[in-house]
Amino acid sequence: MMLGGWVLPAILAVPLLGAILIMLTPRGERGLAFGLGIGFSLATFFLSLALLAFFRPGPGFQMVIEFDWIPSLGTKFKLGIDGISLWLILLTTFTTPIVILSAYRAVTKKVREFVVAILILEVGMLGAFLALDLFLFYIFWEVMLIPMYLLIGIWGGHRRIYASIKFVIYTMVGSLLMLVAIFYVYAKYGAETGEYTTDYMRLVNFDLSPQAQLWCFAAFALAFAIKVPLFPLHTWLPDAHVEAPTAGSVILAGVLLKFGIYGFIRFAMPMFPYGAHELAPLIAILSVIGIIYGAFVAFAQDDVKKLVAYSSVSHLGFCSLAIFAMTTSGVSGSIYAMLSHGLTTGGLFLAIGVLYERRHTRRLAEFGGLWAQMPVFAGVFLIVTLGSAGLPGLSGFIGEFLAIFGTFTASSEHLPYARLFGVLAATGVIFGAVYLLYMFQKMMFGPIKVKANRNLPDLTGREIAVFTPIVALILLLGLYPGYILKTMEPSVESFISSYERKLGRTKKAIERHRQGQVNAPKTSSQSRVRTAPKAGNTSTLTPATPKRPASGNSAITAPQRDALRDAAKRARANRAALGAGVAPPTGVAKPGAAPKKTPSAPVPGTHRTLTLQGGQP
Amino acid sequence: MQENLIYLIPLLPLCGAVFNLFLGRIVWRLAFGRDPSRTMVHAVAISSVVAAFGVSVWLIAGPLWQQFSQWKPGMPMEGLTQSVYTWIDVGALEIELAFRLDTLSALMIVIITFVGSLIHIYSTGYMADEPRYGAYFGYLNLFMGAMLILVLADNLVVMFIGWEGVGLCSYLLIGFWFSEEANATAGRKAFVVNRIGDFAFLIGMFLLFQAVGTLDFGELRPFMDAEGSIDTSANEAYMSTFWGGERLAFWAGLFLFIGACGKSAQIPLYVWLPDAMAGPTPVSALIHAATMVTAGVYMIARLSFLYASSTTAMAVVAGVGALTALFAALMAFAQTDFKKVLAYSTVSQLGFMFVGVGVGAYVAGVFHLLTHAFFKAGLFLAAGSVMHAMSGSGDIMKMGGLSKKLKLTHIAFVAYLLAICGILPFAGFFSKDEILGGAFAADAEGWIAGYGKILWVILSLAALGTAFYMSRLYFLVFSGKLRADEETAAHVHESPPSMTGPLLVLALFTLCIGFLGMPHVAGLPNYLGQWLDPSLVTSTLSQPHVSVHGGLCAGGELLNNACVKPHSPEGTIYGLLAVALGIGLLGIFIAWKIYAKGPSEKVANATESGAGKTAYNLSYNKFYVDEIYDRLIVRPFRWIATALYEFADRFVIDLIFVNGLGFITKAFGRFIQWLQNGQVHRYIGFLLAGAAAVFYLTTLNAPGSSPISFSYHQDGDQIVFKADIGAGPQTADGGVLRWDLDGNGKPDLDPDAATDAPDTERYLSDPNPTMAAREVGHQVTLWYTDPVFGDTVSFTRVVTKAATAGGAK
Repeated sequence: MMLGGWVLPAILAVPLLGAILIMLTPRGERGLAFGLGIGFSLATFFLSLALLAFFRPGPGFQMVIEFDWIPSLGTKFKLGIDGISLWLILLTTFTTPIVILSAYRAVTKKVREFVVAILILEVGMLGAFLALDLFLFYIFWEVMLIPMYLLIGIWGGHRRIYASIKFVIYTMVGSLLMLVAIFYVYAKYGAETGEYTTDYMRLVNFDLSPQAQLWCFAAFALAFAIKVPLFPLHTWLPDAHVEAPTAGSVILAGVLLKFGIYGFIRFAMPMFPYGAHELAPLIAILSVIGIIYGAFVAFAQDDVKKLVAYSSVSHLGFCSLAIFAMTTSGVSGSIYAMLSHGLTTGGLFLAIGVLYERRHTRRLAEFGGLWAQMPVFAGVFLIVTLGSAGLPGLSGFIGEFLAIFGTFTASSEHLPYARLFGVLAATGVIFGAVYLLYMFQKMMFGPIKVKANRNLPDLTGREIAVFTPIVALILLLGLYPGYILKTMEPSVESFISSYERKLGRTKKAIERHRQGQVNAPKTSSQSRVRTAPKAGNTSTLTPATPKRPASGNSAITAPQRDALRDAAKRARANRAALGAGVAPPTGVAKPGAAPKKTPSAPVPGTHRTLTLQGGQP
Repeated sequence: MQENLIYLIPLLPLCGAVFNLFLGRIVWRLAFGRDPSRTMVHAVAISSVVAAFGVSVWLIAGPLWQQFSQWKPGMPMEGLTQSVYTWIDVGALEIELAFRLDTLSALMIVIITFVGSLIHIYSTGYMADEPRYGAYFGYLNLFMGAMLILVLADNLVVMFIGWEGVGLCSYLLIGFWFSEEANATAGRKAFVVNRIGDFAFLIGMFLLFQAVGTLDFGELRPFMDAEGSIDTSANEAYMSTFWGGERLAFWAGLFLFIGACGKSAQIPLYVWLPDAMAGPTPVSALIHAATMVTAGVYMIARLSFLYASSTTAMAVVAGVGALTALFAALMAFAQTDFKKVLAYSTVSQLGFMFVGVGVGAYVAGVFHLLTHAFFKAGLFLAAGSVMHAMSGSGDIMKMGGLSKKLKLTHIAFVAYLLAICGILPFAGFFSKDEILGGAFAADAEGWIAGYGKILWVILSLAALGTAFYMSRLYFLVFSGKLRADEETAAHVHESPPSMTGPLLVLALFTLCIGFLGMPHVAGLPNYLGQWLDPSLVTSTLSQPHVSVHGGLCAGGELLNNACVKPHSPEGTIYGLLAVALGIGLLGIFIAWKIYAKGPSEKVANATESGAGKTAYNLSYNKFYVDEIYDRLIVRPFRWIATALYEFADRFVIDLIFVNGLGFITKAFGRFIQWLQNGQVHRYIGFLLAGAAAVFYLTTLNAPGSSPISFSYHQDGDQIVFKADIGAGPQTADGGVLRWDLDGNGKPDLDPDAATDAPDTERYLSDPNPTMAAREVGHQVTLWYTDPVFGDTVSFTRVVTKAATAGGAK
């Protein structure tokens, strides 16, 4: 058994166990519930730190562990991490104990249920980050919804019912279409290979027809775009944030939104690169609109929470733009920006929560001059705000800089008008300063206008304990991003190279079809091992009609399908290539300057698989 | 291994900042239950800066001097470099946290740490009554650290850390007294305007990276290696044509220059600097006069090789600088606030520096940066001393006759005044003259004829204006009679030694440092030019030959049309010197004539009405630029933001689309709910209604109305018909369609078949027959035989053919 293989299931088991235990505690034992919650979530955090010890930077998935789950459906309980999900998992386990600690005073009703909801939410989030089986991912994806729905609906503000229902329905609409697409891929793969499975690592190397890729990508993209949230699918977010309790907002902004970008990187783009490629300009345009629009609308807010909620629309626009740039710096920057956004926006929501507990209002007009009353709080708030505004030396800068840089230097093959997108995204740097500093001034500077603000107590010890790790990480991530970037780089590069390989295959298939090269190479039929006997199916189809309009989105004809199947076969034969890390050096060429770096060498033995049979103890 | 200590220079002040902002307070509160004492605070703050100064001098006098003394013109000189660690390393992008101490950055760090030390000392007196003493010194130290990172950076991204870092400190210090809303707003304005510049800076950086593949100064700059060969690839990238037929060097240089416009307060981004005077006066001296605002000039000097590759970029830099110099001088004419006058003066002097670096006289630009750092810091500190004496008021109309009461401040102020007016032998004379001379002699290919001369004329006017408004300031403050109210007058006193000491030291330096860069006449040495030579590209007044190190102008092939040769014959230089001196004296003389005895009645009368009033108002209201920006940018921004939120977000997206969808779903559900209310008689009613509907639909073929129809459209010269047999039972299999397309009233027959065969009808049961347009008749009829009831219905309509068709039969 591979060393460290137990960590991934344990990370899921600990918070689940905690949730069950807390459910068994007597009602009204406030301290016990919080104590257990913090204890178990801290244990999860330390457990997840063990991932760092076992993780070896390299392409492919590590610590993969799988159990048979529903054999008749071909679904497995399969977990694994790579350099991308590793950091998002750490972000999740880091955020959870802080969130529970921060809610100690704010939550007074149904304390036990509150802590349980957060722990179950953590299980759902971690599971979704860990899942390497589409069906399993979908289950965890939906598991996340329920506790969040309860958090908003039970512990939320005045319009909590409206906001929670809007949140759930909005997310459901997208995810149901995704489920349809999952079934389609499942059925298609099964029909082609005779093996019905939802194993992500199998399906990701399966080449669908271009048309199917387009539709499936659109279905996945809708689910993820709602989560990001991409303009104009964002209006659930301000409502959810405003009505959610502080803890809910922090988790929502800190982790839940990341599933949008993560879903694109993990599922939508590698599985359907042709669809991603065709829709990239559209998503890029929406992202840029989101960056600018979010900033403008944030500026118009009087409710601080809404302001920060719209700032998320703006900040995550950078992320969704940069992943379509297909440059190492862009994708890495996007992931880094997510981590930073989790810290800074989480921190902002916590800070707003601190004020809300004291003043029971979130209106900008109600504050002003707080610095004089709460200097420690003001210092913390300043660092978090500046981190969000992307000040160099703090975490926000690295992600945004790399994201804009990666977009600006993207090749026109992947993102047309890349420079224009880069420049437009960079204007977000200006607008970010505009609304964040406006917010800061309205709250912290100026004379104290409202009497109730005169004797506000500064941060308590518990609150300092909540903010210290966040501030420390904002500084650390800004000053020393090297470690995180290095661990994620091989995964990012293999993401890009496999995307490009698969896209190339699909494009070649289309090209071959256009040129009327009907005959697929003979070897393909010999190596067709697992194909179901359905040759008669193809014979009934008419020969290719050369009259077809020269559009990439045309329906698929027999020769094309043959070509695609051929490509899929080669992919299957080269499946090991996923883990082999033959990542060509990506990013821009360096004319003139001596090449500073050699492409990272493949790390042998990084594709570790751990298989456990169902009934094994 | 001394060079491994470069990092100490920015780190020491940063440690001071950490102590005064966080660590000291935490430790003291835990240990003693109170904040560190004032003595502790400023001891840590000052010693950290002085230590940084010490390390700087030690490094410069030691290893750097050794390198410099072995350096020969035409050879590369790397300076001292140190890489602390790899900061960002992703894909092709590798950014080290690296520092470079060459002759240019050496000069800068000496200015920063020396002037910075003096201002720290001065602050102990000026801020003595400040409750947030620790925070003040913490920010000041933080600023020193960021500024030193900016100038020591070995690549553009690290420079950007300092670039934004100083902006942050500027923001915090302008708004230091934040309980005044106006101060906080001024700080925010400074940050946001600077961010506009930083945005352009980023774009410039990205363009450079795309072209050259690196952002390290060492690699961006085409250095000659030890064998004397030059890697020209970076040069070729700069020279390559980019957007709009201009070179890459132009676009990268332009965007970076916009960044410089933000930081160094040039048109159109200068508007934040006058407002920045809301901060404490020592801050204005340090950040908004001596150091931070000169960062743009430094950056262009640092990238001299880039700007030398595009004469257009140089022309833009010089032109913007000259216009800023003149306009800011005009705005300073009517200001009545001590610090506002100095602020516009700073904007104007920065314009001079940009002309210097813009015309290729890099040494002149940097020289003026040096002298300006001393005399302008001095002017601000003197202003602080005066305002300290005047109980904090800065209104010069209420001052006067202070020369007797503030003797030391007065002496120092005179030195600074003569320097900024350009009077021999004070520092400003030499540096300003070098810029004027550089502009006069500058000429480059691609420039309009006499561009250098135009710049010279504008600058001379600006210099005249400078001499005038600075002398006006002097006479209003120090001569005549005190115009303050009695209470203030009674409190007038000279400042403590902690404040006058730095004033006198700066005055002494103002008197001396001009001799570092003497004009290129009579074999006088220009020490500064020699010192900076290894770090800059083109030649200066001191060296008539074009320097060849870096190869940028060697042989005139690579950059032949970019070589600017700012030197003149000796006679011309003497002439220019005389003119510059004369302008300075003239300005002082005019001011003396008008303001020698305080506010002049003549001026008051002249500006009461007519053109005089207009001119006065324009100057007093700074040409209404702030108001114009407010109308054109600030208010529309707010308006758009609100409109987007209220209309686009709340109304269109959320109400109409999102909740609209919800509403439709809900309404549909309500409707269904209403249908199924469980009352049997309603169900029976629906049943009956349904039955009636079915009955009606099946018996619809009443005479006179036809259940069938067809549509058609013309496709070229063909007309395509489409039968529509409606819905209902008739769609069952077995129905027969017949067409009369040629308009003869009978079903069309197949022309090839025997005419008597009834089943040879053409288009039999063809739902989409096609016929050439010219063959289609006027009226087309469709018959349909129902499969269930067997009856035949027909439908006839007139077919209109498009004009292009062959015409009816």
